[in-house]
Amino acid sequence: MAVALGRASEAGPGDAAQADFPVLRVERLSKSFGGARALDEVSFTVRHGEVHGLLGQNGSGKSTVIKILSGFHEPDGKPAIEIDGRPLPLPVSISSLRVHGVSFVHQHLGLLPSLTVLENLLLSDFAAETRWFVDWRAEAKRARELFERYEIKLDPLVSLSNLTPVERAQLAIVRAFDELGREKHGTHPRGLLVLDEPTPFLPARDVASLFRLIREIVADGASVIFVSHDIDEVLEITDRATVLRDGRVAGSFETCAMSKADIIRLIVGQHVDLEALRPAPRSFSAPSIVISELKGGILEPFSASLSPGEVVGLTGLIGSGYDEVIYRLYGAVPAEGGALEIDGASTDIAGQMPQRSIALGCVLIPGDRLGSGAIAGLSVTENISQPVLGRVSRAWALSDAALSRNAAGLAGRFDVRPRDPTKLFGSLSGGNQQKVLLAKWLQTRPRLILLDEPTQGVDVGARAQVFSAIAEAAKEGAAALCASSDHEQLTAICDRVFIFNRGRVVKELVGAQINKSAIAEACYKIH
Amino acid sequence: MEGAGRAAFTDWFERLALLLVWAATIALFGYLRPDSFLTWSNFATILGSQSVIVVVALGLIVPLTAGDYDLSIASNLTFAGTVLAVLNVNHGLSIGVSIAAALAVGLAIGLVNGFFVLYFRMNSLIVTMGVGTFAHGLTLWLGDQQTISGVSEALVDAVIVRRFLGVPLGFYYALIVCAILWYLLSYSTVGRRLLFVGRGREVARLSGIAVDRVRLGSFVSSGLMGAIAGVLYVGTTGAADPSSGLTFLLPAFAAAFLGATTISPGRFNPWGAMISVYFLVTGITGLSILGVSTFVQDLFYGGALVIAVTLSQIVRGREERLA
Repeated sequence: MAVALGRASEAGPGDAAQADFPVLRVERLSKSFGGARALDEVSFTVRHGEVHGLLGQNGSGKSTVIKILSGFHEPDGKPAIEIDGRPLPLPVSISSLRVHGVSFVHQHLGLLPSLTVLENLLLSDFAAETRWFVDWRAEAKRARELFERYEIKLDPLVSLSNLTPVERAQLAIVRAFDELGREKHGTHPRGLLVLDEPTPFLPARDVASLFRLIREIVADGASVIFVSHDIDEVLEITDRATVLRDGRVAGSFETCAMSKADIIRLIVGQHVDLEALRPAPRSFSAPSIVISELKGGILEPFSASLSPGEVVGLTGLIGSGYDEVIYRLYGAVPAEGGALEIDGASTDIAGQMPQRSIALGCVLIPGDRLGSGAIAGLSVTENISQPVLGRVSRAWALSDAALSRNAAGLAGRFDVRPRDPTKLFGSLSGGNQQKVLLAKWLQTRPRLILLDEPTQGVDVGARAQVFSAIAEAAKEGAAALCASSDHEQLTAICDRVFIFNRGRVVKELVGAQINKSAIAEACYKIH
Repeated sequence: MEGAGRAAFTDWFERLALLLVWAATIALFGYLRPDSFLTWSNFATILGSQSVIVVVALGLIVPLTAGDYDLSIASNLTFAGTVLAVLNVNHGLSIGVSIAAALAVGLAIGLVNGFFVLYFRMNSLIVTMGVGTFAHGLTLWLGDQQTISGVSEALVDAVIVRRFLGVPLGFYYALIVCAILWYLLSYSTVGRRLLFVGRGREVARLSGIAVDRVRLGSFVSSGLMGAIAGVLYVGTTGAADPSSGLTFLLPAFAAAFLGATTISPGRFNPWGAMISVYFLVTGITGLSILGVSTFVQDLFYGGALVIAVTLSQIVRGREERLA
């Protein structure tokens, strides 16, 4: 996935003097919330022209660092934050960030879907300065040049809602970089771009194109902080990295000197080997699930049979349609045709609806946990009991006690933390949210489990628990279809993997054939 | 442990805060005007006369919980009342048949609202505003822009004349509606479905809830409640006034939102709404006994609506900060 850079960095006068200072120096950053110490004397530096990874599990403090840098939180005590050797006044204000040349791309990108690409590009300019005349034609021309320079195929005049997720991420990054350029007051020509987990919602293929963009931006003189929990990405894109654990710096290092296992050890404090979880090849009884001729969108008729206990992976490049299978099968997105047979009972999938799927014993654990999976503002109990209200209690005489007992039992069994099921779903970490969703649906004892990116945004420690929950359900006779662009995860849990290209299956890997490189090879092979 | 105790106390305090404020309001006016304000007949009048607004507020809670507005409910009230009066007075139909027709009108308005919102995917705010105005036009046409008086004594008897413990029966009807709604919202799967649909439509849909059916049900139910309120209103006054019922919309919204800050804070809830109606009217009655002009009503209801929405926003914001 190496990317050649076609452009040399244009060095300007004054570079030599600035190279003496790191672009960012953070000294003794501490922060407590209530009694809990989120950050404890965190220090690290980011050098000029490097991509610096910031890693750690959920709750390790990496987002607190970013929130202090962006001015959302005020740090405790008297820390020092220097940009290019000049102290940044604390607490950080947006105007001082602009003057110092620091800009952020947060996970949710900060784009407005109902506006055009150009309007989004100019958003922060409009926020910072008042202009009584906007020359839209000139701005559009400038935007086109900017996109061309970074080889992004975007029309400035289309609405943002027409953009794919990766195009939106590209736009957000280019916009942030463009802001740095606007603040060229002679002293800070290079600036610092902070990318706060820009990739979790992107499939692997798109991540590669984002990385190409990041490298070009670095070649043009910026330095980058790349916040992530994905170790492969950190190994690929960063020059150096700092790992946080429990609010302290667990280590800073040159990335090329580290192996993946070394980094995992720093992150979790102990060694976890995901691939070791890989099940031994097994033999299965006759199929219990038969999918025939599923059609819709880009999908060419897809057929497959699954046996009880079998976990089948679906993968491919973005746009290849692998992730459409489960949503169309479930009725979340309409299918044009096809049939689903569960334990001998067959139904037509055209016009399938979620409630019918559930009645058949088919459940969906979607990738977008907060938008599609559960409601952030309701408690764990309310979310978890939704599909079983009438079963755990009586439909016309719900008992709070019975519902809480059921939720508490499930929270215990699936190790949801904190244990208190009256907590709001939205207050849980990504991993615990996923455990709640698994508990919500697995308690219905489904026959077919549909999963989309089940460990996306889930920290390393909780991943193993998610996997074992799936394995447990499989042991009880459920079959699972898991759409994922995470090849390591597929390797860890799947008995079979289908690889998609342009809407059809181009390769089927079975048992011992499944490993990361075999999947990657099949995905990227030109057919 | 001490911290947990304090948290539990704060929680209870928040739930009961509005009741305490209400009690304080009564105490204040009672102190200022002991002989006119602090009389049972004054309270009985307050309890009886406000049953219409209580039912309107309860009617609003259902679509609000499901994430929709029903601005047509007050014109629905006057329309149903006018239909009742026209049938009973002008056409001589029995009061039972007239009431049934009025309720059917309410259901029909609910269906029309639901149809436009769901079939054409329009914003409920706009649809119900339009449908409400249309229904008001029909009301004026049907009743020839006149107040129709002379409605059957039986209805007036059953709503305002007959009393239990000194309080007109109308109050108890509102109380029954409130209890039924409270039970359905808290202890039935239907109530949970409404809540899920209101908080996250896509989550609800993927969880197997028939979202459109739930929303249609919520419009039909607010339509029915609007009509019930219309019947009560005719019973309270003995006549159908084509316009005065429209002024109930704002107090009812104020009570629905203010109610969402109490009893179970952060959620629209029937007891909270009912208490809010009486809290607001206690304030207004007290001030008018003190001799303050009638414009105080607008100050009070308008101010209460904005403050209530502010408070519920703060409650919601705190939930999100905890998250």
